[in-house]
Parts: sequence; C-alpha cells; structure tokens
Amino acid sequence: MMAVVFGVMVATSFVYALLCGSMQPLSEGVMTAAEDAVTLLIRLSGVLCMWSGFMEIARRSGLMQALSKALAPLLSRLFPRVDRHSDAFAYITMNVSANLLGLGNAATPLGLSAMRELRRMSDSDTATDEMVTFVIMNTASMQLLPTTVATLRHSYGSSSPFDIIVCVWISSAAALAVGLLSSRIIGRKGNGVHRSAAACGGMRLRAR
Amino acid sequence: MAYIVPLLLAAVCVYGLVRRVDIFEAFVDGAREGMRTVVTIAPTLIGLLVAVGMLRSSGVLAAVSSLLTPVARAVGIPAELLPMGLLRPVSGSGATALLTGIYEDFGPDSFVGRCASVLSGSTETTFYAVTMYYSAAGIKKIRHTLLSGVLADMTAFVMCVVTVRLLMQ
Repeated sequence: MMAVVFGVMVATSFVYALLCGSMQPLSEGVMTAAEDAVTLLIRLSGVLCMWSGFMEIARRSGLMQALSKALAPLLSRLFPRVDRHSDAFAYITMNVSANLLGLGNAATPLGLSAMRELRRMSDSDTATDEMVTFVIMNTASMQLLPTTVATLRHSYGSSSPFDIIVCVWISSAAALAVGLLSSRIIGRKGNGVHRSAAACGGMRLRAR
Repeated sequence: MAYIVPLLLAAVCVYGLVRRVDIFEAFVDGAREGMRTVVTIAPTLIGLLVAVGMLRSSGVLAAVSSLLTPVARAVGIPAELLPMGLLRPVSGSGATALLTGIYEDFGPDSFVGRCASVLSGSTETTFYAVTMYYSAAGIKKIRHTLLSGVLADMTAFVMCVVTVRLLMQ
C-alpha cells in the first residue's frame, strides 16, 4: 500500500516536472525537503519528549486506572455482551483511557490484548459486533489534548497552538458518533446477511 | 487559553507527588520513550516529507488543488485540504507531511491551516488500525468495519471545516 503511494508521488513529480519544465525547482526541492525533514524532527522531539514525560507521570500516578473506573459504566453500554469483570472489559477500558490521555504507546498493546480476549469469546474468524465497535473506536481519534498537532503548529510559528482544541473535540466526537451509529445500523442489516451466508455455507457442506 | 497547559502540567505533578510517585524518574522514562518514538518515525517521516516535497516543488500539488477547486467549492471545502483528507486514512506520516506543507504555504493560523490541524487532530490512520487490530486477533472477515471507519473519517473531514468556520472566524 505505502509502496504504491510513495512510488506514485515520486514518479508523478518527475513526469509533471518533465512536461511543465519545473525540473530545476524539483531537483532543488528534493534536497531541501530532506534537509527540512530532519530540522522538523529535531524541533519536534523536544516538545514530544516533554509531553510523553508528563504523561508518564500521569500514568504512574494511577490516572489511567481512575479514568478507566470512571468510564466503565459508559463502556459497558457500548459492549453489553462483554462481562464487566472480564479481562476483555478491563483491556477495553484501559485502552480507551490511554487513548484519551494520548498515551499511544500504551494504548496499542492494551488494544491488541483486548482484541485477543474478544477473539477468545467467539469461535469463528469473522469479526463480532464487539470487535467492530472496538476497532472503530480505535480508528477515531479520542485524544483529549491534540499534542502532536499543537507541537507542529508551535514549530511553524502559531501564536496559540491549542486554540483549535474545541473544534478538535467536536469534530472527533462527531466522527466517532457517525462511526458507531453507522456500524450499528449496517451491522443489524449485515448480521442477517451474515447468518444466511453461514446457513448457505452449511448447506453447501451438507450437499458435498 | 494560556492557562490550560501550565495548569495541566502542574496538576499532574502535584497529583503524582500526593500519590508518592517519583515524578522526575517517571518524566525521564516517559521522555526516553518519546525520543524512541521520534527515532522510530524519523525514517518514515523523512521519506514522506521528501515525496511530498517533490510533489510541491514540481507543481503537482498546486495543479491537483486547482483541478479539485470546482469540486471543493461546490461542497464548501478549501481545495488545499483535499489531498490531505485523501491521504489521512492511509498514511499518518504522509498526512503529517502534507500538513507541514500547508503550514509552510499558508501558516498554521490561517483558515486552511486551522482546518488541516483539526482534521489531523480528530482522525486516525484508519486502514493501519484496522489491519493491525484484526491481524493480531486472527480475524479474516472484518464485515463493515472499514466502511464505518471511512464514514467517520469523512465526517471529521466535513466537521473540521464546519467547526473552524463557525467557532474561529
């Protein structure tokens, strides 16, 4: 996937420059871009380390556990079939808390554990409703503080890098809502199709 | 607005001290993890910043934007945002590269710059997350996950323009 994206970007640039006579700016642009990339990374790393440092303090102080506890009632509504005392539920709440706090490095392994636990509750290689819901939550951004974007804005001279925060909250909440709602609507329909497909499969097996 | 970050940082530290956490050790370990993240993403980001840099300096990006302007104008979305919106679900680093391009051309506090910031802050790399989570669980049939995920991305794309226009103009 990335190979195609990368290849198309590079090849298109060359062909376009060939046709439009912009080879000179292109050949200078490649060098400048590579140079600027490292400058950007160095500028970013300070603030990024600062944030991960403070977030680690929050994590070790038990903020993630506190948040998980607070989120449990809400999440048990989203996952009605998952037992609130199961490992799966614990991993789900921890994953969501880590995401909210912007602890991406902590959220991913917790999310993978949650998926493996959910897998253990089903006996097929088809995603269950709970898995779909959980993955959609992880494809939406739930971060309370958009630190990476703010860091980037700061390094490009923004006067107030966090002033977009309310817009980010509204926009991500809307996206998450549409993701979950559409999944519920399609899932209800899809479940019927899925069941009948399974029935067909069963019939085929018997016919053989 | 200026209060948010310092207040948050102070609160985290005080809370940590109350809970008897060695907060400086925690900070250093966290910062080390952050540095590791920077080093891990560096090659990817450099590669994509170079590719986007080529698109920009050859004039492809400007051409694509002007080609998309009629479509974008019809929906009320800045044309410069479209390439980023298309790349965002596929490649996080690619979208970041386009984001920095927008900051460089228009500034982070411009209308387009703010829309792009909100878009970047309210979406994730959908395809990557779907692939990673399902392959870890050994799931082959993902049903409507991708469809709903893409619908969510499209919502964020529309909402970033709507919210910035309503709340920040």
